Amino acid sequence: MNLTLHVWRQAGPSAPGKLVTYAAKDISSHASFLEMLDIVNEQLIESGDEPIAFEHDCREGICGACGLVVSGTPHGPKMATTTCQLHMRVFKDGDQIWIEPFRAKGFPILKDLIVDRSAFDRIIQAGGYISVNTGSAVDANVVPVPKAVSEKAMDAAACIGCGACVAACPNASAMLFTAAKASHLGRLPQGEPERFTRASAMVAQMDEEGFGSCTNHGACQNACPKRISVDTIARLNRDLLRAKLNE
Amino acid sequence: MEFNSRVPAGPIDQKWDRHRFDLKLINPANKRKHEIIVVGSGLAGASAAATLAELGYNVRCFTYHDSPRRAHSIAAQGGINAAKNYQNDGDSIYRLFYDTVKGGDFRSREANVYRLAQVSVNIIDQCAAQGVPFGREYGGSLANRSFGGAQVSRTFYARGQTGQQLLIGAYQALQRQVAAGKVKMVCRREMLDVIVVDGHAKGIVTRDLVTGEIFSDTAEAVVLGTGGYANAYYLSTNAMACNVTAAWRAYRRGAAFSNPCYTQIHPTCIPAAGDYQSKLTLMSESLRNDGRIWVPKKQGDDRAAAQIGEDERDYYLERFYPSFGNLSPRDISSRRAKEMVDAGHGVGELTNGVYLDFEDAIGRLGQDVIAERYGNLFEMYERITGEDPYKVPMRIYPAPHYTMGGTWVDYNLMSTIPGLFVIGEANFSDHGANRLGASALMQGLADGYFVLPYTIGDYLARPAVKVPAPADAVCRAVEDDVRDRVKRLLGAGGKRTADSFHRELGMTLWNSCGMARTEASLKDGIQKISALRQEFWRDVKVPGRGEELNQALETAGRVADFFELAELMCRDALERTESCGAHYREEFRTDEGEAQRDDENFTHVAAWEFMGDDEPARRHIEPLNFENVPLTQRSYK
Repeated sequence: MNLTLHVWRQAGPSAPGKLVTYAAKDISSHASFLEMLDIVNEQLIESGDEPIAFEHDCREGICGACGLVVSGTPHGPKMATTTCQLHMRVFKDGDQIWIEPFRAKGFPILKDLIVDRSAFDRIIQAGGYISVNTGSAVDANVVPVPKAVSEKAMDAAACIGCGACVAACPNASAMLFTAAKASHLGRLPQGEPERFTRASAMVAQMDEEGFGSCTNHGACQNACPKRISVDTIARLNRDLLRAKLNE
Repeated sequence: MEFNSRVPAGPIDQKWDRHRFDLKLINPANKRKHEIIVVGSGLAGASAAATLAELGYNVRCFTYHDSPRRAHSIAAQGGINAAKNYQNDGDSIYRLFYDTVKGGDFRSREANVYRLAQVSVNIIDQCAAQGVPFGREYGGSLANRSFGGAQVSRTFYARGQTGQQLLIGAYQALQRQVAAGKVKMVCRREMLDVIVVDGHAKGIVTRDLVTGEIFSDTAEAVVLGTGGYANAYYLSTNAMACNVTAAWRAYRRGAAFSNPCYTQIHPTCIPAAGDYQSKLTLMSESLRNDGRIWVPKKQGDDRAAAQIGEDERDYYLERFYPSFGNLSPRDISSRRAKEMVDAGHGVGELTNGVYLDFEDAIGRLGQDVIAERYGNLFEMYERITGEDPYKVPMRIYPAPHYTMGGTWVDYNLMSTIPGLFVIGEANFSDHGANRLGASALMQGLADGYFVLPYTIGDYLARPAVKVPAPADAVCRAVEDDVRDRVKRLLGAGGKRTADSFHRELGMTLWNSCGMARTEASLKDGIQKISALRQEFWRDVKVPGRGEELNQALETAGRVADFFELAELMCRDALERTESCGAHYREEFRTDEGEAQRDDENFTHVAAWEFMGDDEPARRHIEPLNFENVPLTQRSYK
């Protein structure tokens, strides 16, 4: 198939950016979206141009490195699918595709389609863990965890930290990311002791990083490649209230 | 060069305890005076950095990713082994040890493997305490599944995302130490060389991947947890950025590299769809618990799977190996799949796969149970191929996946450069010539949580060489080497992209040193790779500048190192005139087509010493002694 791409090019964090049009020719419908970009990049290099910088690594939808806004939708048109798992068969011959970075105040652009998502690490540093040193754990079967609880924790733990939730949110809020972690750890008996302090510390850090607040649009849930539910946000809000009451 | 494994004396089940007692300790108040560099933030690197920081050391952890959570450990699907015997099915530390030594086809170090089995039980406790959401039974206890190469259920899992969940656990422990000020996390920095002072590793030189600046960082010890080198084949299940550069640069500075020819070809990956293919995707081996592998009996049979009757199908693994069947070890399963495809029984549009069929399992257990066990894998398969595996069988084919070879280390996980420790997939030590499923996660975490944090203390407690300042001449000299190399890559002024060279290198290596090797294919491979390497340096085209974010430059540097490694892989395979585990020389096989070892001449580790660019590497030997598991021909019939 033949496609017309409009790609965001920006030389550096403070340089002005713009959309540049490229032709992607003779692309197999079995190719992945990123393989299509690989082909375009090979041609750019061969013709003496600078290739398009974009982040990617595992190409299996699990590392969370890739993340492009494809024609207005983070990770593109297919639900529950990362950009790297998007395949060209969802497009039609002759399509125009707009490719942009995840845009948010908390995600400054580094180059072209690459953004700095280190704010997510700092939200985790604020409390997204269970405080247990290596070697001090009891036998794993000493603390039973009901299967249903474990499954719910796993649903939330499936977050890959890609940032699509932020890119989709009209407020550029990182609430779904933060809530997923709070929900993963707070549901488990091992994470219970720090449940409320964790919730308030992570949200405070989220605010500090310049992410907006949640106003319950739910766009994050639709954009999430791992189907993290906004129920986690409701739970986080309850935890925040409890944290306040505990103060 | 000396290859003293430093395996302690005594009965196998007491070696590690005795050794831990004999290791020098550093008192808690002094630990904070010691600086350690950890390169890599996967399971091994993150768990080591977090644990060292918890002990009180000051740690700097480097990754080329934007966040430590992106490391490729995250993609491991199936599970992690541990000798918990929670299923009461007769498992034990000794059995896990035995299975691993046997699975490795008697080419690993017994003492290391025993220690690995011992600490496996602590890993599960640690991870559960961190909040890893392992699969559970209704009563709340941990669930297990069985996995290839074992007849007990000892594999712990978190759906099909076990690697992700274990890595997130280690990542969270690491971030907790960042918050505590004990770890300084340095992201988007690629290690390009080791600083060696009077024979000891005292630092690294890195390139900032955003600004292109070159930095020296120094410390008392350097730990590499930089993963494996399966991307030498270009098409592999590794992430795109996985590379050998850190280990290779260390090799060139004096860290011997062991058994490079031991590369694991994973039996269950999605076959390539076209020549634009950038990587191959693994379908977890756990699928083999319920899926049945078959090909049409008739050659060139291009009918749809549903139209091929039961009596026209060859369930070849069940036929060859009645007791292990579809759960036969990886090397054997891969080889048999290749034989079937080579013999004209391949399926799919490009006839490059075999079927993995869930029809029976869905009939027996219902679609819901299958969806609960493998739902995310089935979805992934459908996304990639456009086919629904609930309705038509999956197509699978082997792909390079894991590398058992790596930097040589002693029992303390220290390389032949004192002060340079190597952990996880990057070292060579525990899996012999073939790794069993669900053992990579176990080894990465064993090294990082429970082995290195003890053994490194013994080195730190005996200061031998002063740590240089980053501005010292010794560091500047290494920086200059790195800058020269970057300049050479940028200035080659050729016409071909590094990627296109990598693709050609990968194909050459796959054909000469892939699933099956011969003397002729290896000699041919060495010649072709060497010629292609020279062409690369003449004709590679790297756009842009060094002082900016330049992904093409990053790729070119990694490909350049893969060329040198690939040649050594072939030489290692050529010198090892036997078959063992994943190293299958067609000249050396039993009448039944299995790997034929030559124990008399090859019960040893090959360790290669770099002798300079103009001289071939020198092969050394570390003899292996099997005092506990008698050497036998592996049989999975």
